[in-house]
Amino acid sequence: MKRILTVTGLYALLGIGVVLTLSPLAWMVSASFMPTGEATAVPPRLLPSRFTLDHYRDLVTRMNLVRHALSSTLLASATTAISLLLNSMAGYAFAKLRFPGRERLFGALLAALVIPAQVSMLPLFLMLKQLGLVNTYWGVIIPGMASVFGIFLVRQFALSIPESLLDAARIDGAGEFRIYWSLVLPFCRPVLVTLAVFTFLGTWNDFLWPLIVLADDDLYTLPVALANLLGEHVQDTELMMAGSVLTMLPVLGLFVALQRYYIAGIMGGALKE
Amino acid sequence: MTAAAERSSAPFRVSPGIAFVAPALCAIVTFFFLPVAGAVLLSFTDFDIYAVASWRNLRFIAFGNYSRLLRDPLFWIALENTLYFVAVGAPLSMGVSLGAALLVNARLVRFKGVFRTLFFLPVVTTLVAVAVVWRYVYHPRFGLLNQGLGLLGVGPIDWLGDPRWAMPSIILMAAWKNFGFNMIVFIAALQSVPESLYEAARLDGASFPQQFRHVTLPLLAPTFLFVSVITLIGYFQLFAEPYVMTQGGPANRTLSIVLLMYEQGFRWWNMGYAAAVAFVLFVIILCLTLVQTRLR
Amino acid sequence: MRRRALLPESLQIVAVIRLPVSENRRSGRRIHTSDRRRGRGFLWAIWIPHPRSAFGRGSNALASKKRSIDLGFEGVGEVRREEAETRFARDSRAWRRILALASLAALTVGCRSKPSATTVVEFWALGREGEVVQRMIPDFERRHPGIRLRVQQIPWSAAHEKLLTAYVGEAMPDVFQVGNTWIPEFVALNAIEPLDQRMQSSTVIAVADYFPGILDTSVIERATYGLPWYVDTRLLFYRSDLLERAGYPAPPRDWRAWVDAMTRVKERAAPGDFPTLLPVNEWQPLVILALQLGADLLRERDTYGDFESAAFRAAFTFYVDLFRRGLAPLATQTQVANLYQDFARGAFVFYVSGPWNIGEFRERLPASVTWATAPWPAPDQRYPGVSLAGGASLAMFRGSPRKDAAWQWLEYLSEPAQQIALYRLTGDLPSRKSAWTEEGPAGDEQTRAFRIQLDHVRPTPKIPEWERIADEITRHAEAAIRGQVTIDEALAALDRNVDAMLEKRRWLIERGERLPS
Repeated sequence: MKRILTVTGLYALLGIGVVLTLSPLAWMVSASFMPTGEATAVPPRLLPSRFTLDHYRDLVTRMNLVRHALSSTLLASATTAISLLLNSMAGYAFAKLRFPGRERLFGALLAALVIPAQVSMLPLFLMLKQLGLVNTYWGVIIPGMASVFGIFLVRQFALSIPESLLDAARIDGAGEFRIYWSLVLPFCRPVLVTLAVFTFLGTWNDFLWPLIVLADDDLYTLPVALANLLGEHVQDTELMMAGSVLTMLPVLGLFVALQRYYIAGIMGGALKE
Repeated sequence: MTAAAERSSAPFRVSPGIAFVAPALCAIVTFFFLPVAGAVLLSFTDFDIYAVASWRNLRFIAFGNYSRLLRDPLFWIALENTLYFVAVGAPLSMGVSLGAALLVNARLVRFKGVFRTLFFLPVVTTLVAVAVVWRYVYHPRFGLLNQGLGLLGVGPIDWLGDPRWAMPSIILMAAWKNFGFNMIVFIAALQSVPESLYEAARLDGASFPQQFRHVTLPLLAPTFLFVSVITLIGYFQLFAEPYVMTQGGPANRTLSIVLLMYEQGFRWWNMGYAAAVAFVLFVIILCLTLVQTRLR
Repeated sequence: MRRRALLPESLQIVAVIRLPVSENRRSGRRIHTSDRRRGRGFLWAIWIPHPRSAFGRGSNALASKKRSIDLGFEGVGEVRREEAETRFARDSRAWRRILALASLAALTVGCRSKPSATTVVEFWALGREGEVVQRMIPDFERRHPGIRLRVQQIPWSAAHEKLLTAYVGEAMPDVFQVGNTWIPEFVALNAIEPLDQRMQSSTVIAVADYFPGILDTSVIERATYGLPWYVDTRLLFYRSDLLERAGYPAPPRDWRAWVDAMTRVKERAAPGDFPTLLPVNEWQPLVILALQLGADLLRERDTYGDFESAAFRAAFTFYVDLFRRGLAPLATQTQVANLYQDFARGAFVFYVSGPWNIGEFRERLPASVTWATAPWPAPDQRYPGVSLAGGASLAMFRGSPRKDAAWQWLEYLSEPAQQIALYRLTGDLPSRKSAWTEEGPAGDEQTRAFRIQLDHVRPTPKIPEWERIADEITRHAEAAIRGQVTIDEALAALDRNVDAMLEKRRWLIERGERLPS
């Protein structure tokens, strides 16, 4: 009896939690389908009276959101691809290849994690201006090309590559890059997928840096375009909700598809070295 | 790229390790460390709109920006707001995460994966998009929150317009957005507590709260520290929520340090001053992190 | 570094991850070896060699050796030939996808500027005008067939930083709308083009047709840097019925009468209601009062504060007295829960505001509420008192490669007919006197007071530091109002702080730099 009460209680709490957690998102989706003006009606409506795709159509045709979605996709993919390469190379090297100063270098990199990213943004902007990269896609990609966290993830995983495997390959005369490409990368596939998901999600959702670097609204990523839209259309609730849905949809989809890797990346021992 | 492949057989030996690390390291040094050093230098100058026009209008003023910062009421307001956000928001977020982790991890609960994913969903959403949604949720007239409170008989509150309620609104939103992340960490830690300890406690007649206090909490202590460090570091960098939802208002009540830095640096182009603000923020975070880890 | 690029925005991670040993599954798929792909055009530029062909032969030897080593790991290390090739195939597919995306990017980025016979003029408009001006484009393009116009709309909240970032990033538009108080900054940056020559040789633009005070905001060192597009000033909105009941059927024409009217209103008002609402975080009313008394605010080529002068002191004292006498409440703008409701309720009778509130009041106040606008009372008999010159101007980027085409657009927007069109679409008041027709703004009862006021406007000091100085004025005024400092202390502190702010300007002038003032 007590057990049933406990179970019911637990599920009830969980249910309340889920409702509280998801209600803003659910309302967002519901409002995006409402005809104009309905979302702000008093008393409130939870469901649209009439299902309409007007706002989505507006966003795609008038507000050019597809262009921004493409920008976001391009930037996220390019950054992910490049950062996978650079981070995995460095992570593997820190784990398995010996070179002078390796440990100290890695320690210095870890120390950098404490520095907030905003400290670097102003001079980085000026530096990119000298290089002529302001208001270009490369200006957004380049600062994200390599990251200490990515190196860290890969290194932790690569530590478990068996030395014997690598030694055998070296005995066979395989070059270091070949070893990396054909042995290490396949071995590290789970952490690489995790890293790819993290990077893609992070780049897609990134707001401040694209806001600073991109001046042309052609190049805006989705979050920046959405903020821009808000500046002008704060009265159009339903339109803004549709914009939010479109902005979030890809990353939510990606997350749900690959959540195993994402969550595994966070779990698994939260100890600090 | 492929040049590194043949390096091992080339007469001039570059250690392959260095070759592998080089690209990432170059990128990080060039696009992070160098700008950080530049920021420190910048904070010793009076770089402003005149300097944008011409480098000759730049002067080295040593600690001028820092002393100006200390005398600037806006900086202290921003610091106070940020501390308020961290002091209230971080424990709230961690508490909710712990609670959610305990719930999801409870023995009697099935479909753990589903609940875990659902609670984690806000974390992966785009911050700007949810800030937009929450802006409407907080609307005094037709926002969901006031409607819900109205059902309970509480009068409408102007969440984002009332100086007393603006920061709590942001705290609430930040907690909602981030609790899933720490929840996962806590779940992992909870799962690593051996079941035998709980059994032993139960055999000794401990009730659930007592089990929690004497078994769970002590074993969770290192995780707690870890979670609090990362939450603190993240929360000090509050920017996007006030930028999208309140623009620092009302009456500067949601002006955070990073928002101040952004406004000074990119809106008014007082880059020297903004760099000083950023550096002070870094020092604050560093000190707090050190204090926390020493407390262990 | 870009740690934030990897993680949820508000959190960063310092984490040690111990992942389980990988689950390298064996895929028994068929081999998809593919040859090197050669592309054309852009594809050439970013061709990535096929991984397998880059180090082709060695893999077989490697694979055969692997098999003989017992590694003791589940699924790891048995590198079979098929698996190696399949992995390469998978990798190569991934590479080709990246290739495709990158080339798509190159194409889209590369194709942004099409060389063609028509000139494309880029125009940045701020706020609501940005939406509305799109409707004026077809007519313009019909009249100037060789010019195409591209409008980018930027919200006011982000406009200042967007413009400056664009300047630094060398991505400036050809023509842009700019708030009048920002013009000194752009002049200091050498970013905008002086327009005097073009204005004088233009058939459309008559310099005398502009309100002199408004045009003056764009004139710096005797050169005109912007064409006023629409105007903005502040004057009194008031409840005419309540004022009449207090014994003033017509609005007060001088300060003495104004104070008298307010006192009478206060006598009849309920506790908690005030005759006038002057939000303490707004600098405009105080500065207006100072300008009316002839205060200059800054002295010596705008390099020192002049806040301890007799004129400013008198204005400051008058302003603070309004609060001390209970004629204005101690509230910031945001603390007023609902401006419109309170106005309708009669919680205050006077309110200092601008033309945007004409539409808002009409929309939000019930019809039973009678309200009106009136120009400022003067400190002496010279009615009306001076007010602020505000609004937005159109400016041309100094580095634009198509200034003539850009000028055509500027001229077009400055035609009286287009200004009237803008008024109809947005309610923005025209900057040219000839556009104030009876069918347009002059026919509107509430707008007429603005017409009178616009002949009596003065700009604020035209220096880049003005906004900061205005903030400083507000802060010290609030401290004096709250009784935290005396008036003398407030003014002395204000002077000190403003002097410190202007220090760099003084240094630059001493060095002989040419500076706006």
